[in-house]
Amino acid sequence: MPMDAREIESMIREALPDARVEIKDLAGDGDHYAATVISSAFKGKTRVAQHQMVYGALQGRMGGVLHALALTTGVPQD
Amino acid sequence: MTDVNTAIKNEIDSQDVVVFMKGTPQFPMCGFSGQVVQILNYLGVPFKGVNVLDDMAVREGIKAYSNWPTIPQIYVKGEFVGGCDIAREMFQSGELQQFLSEKGVPVKTAA
Repeated sequence: MPMDAREIESMIREALPDARVEIKDLAGDGDHYAATVISSAFKGKTRVAQHQMVYGALQGRMGGVLHALALTTGVPQD
Repeated sequence: MTDVNTAIKNEIDSQDVVVFMKGTPQFPMCGFSGQVVQILNYLGVPFKGVNVLDDMAVREGIKAYSNWPTIPQIYVKGEFVGGCDIAREMFQSGELQQFLSEKGVPVKTAA
């Protein structure tokens, strides 16, 4: 069961309200996504910790219904 | 510690660089695992591939071990470094090469 891009985005936003989320459907099949998530909540965190926060937001879907989500995280630049 | 955690820990400690992956370094069974193999091969880094498809307990156990939901997973000197995305990002920025060198793992520099 693939996941809708909007569903992914809203789950991430719920956990990280300030996040800028960009999601690309890589293969157009609703199953292979790339996401960029920029949030100030990532400040001072390692990459592993940042990705774990996003995976946490997806509440177990990552690695389950969501097989492929290439993830890039970062903090806002200003 | 359960048996599977002990087995996982033994694997992680068995070599400087260990990759839990789908398939083997010669025949990766998933594109993400394949990318990690390519990066490490490119850098000339010797590593051990642990095929999680061979063992369901390890396949699920490794996710709990590292609190990381996906395969592949890369460990350097016992430390979880990340999955495919992080490896690629670190490789592209040159951080991975630096990190491995700092950990005492020899890296082939680009000719």
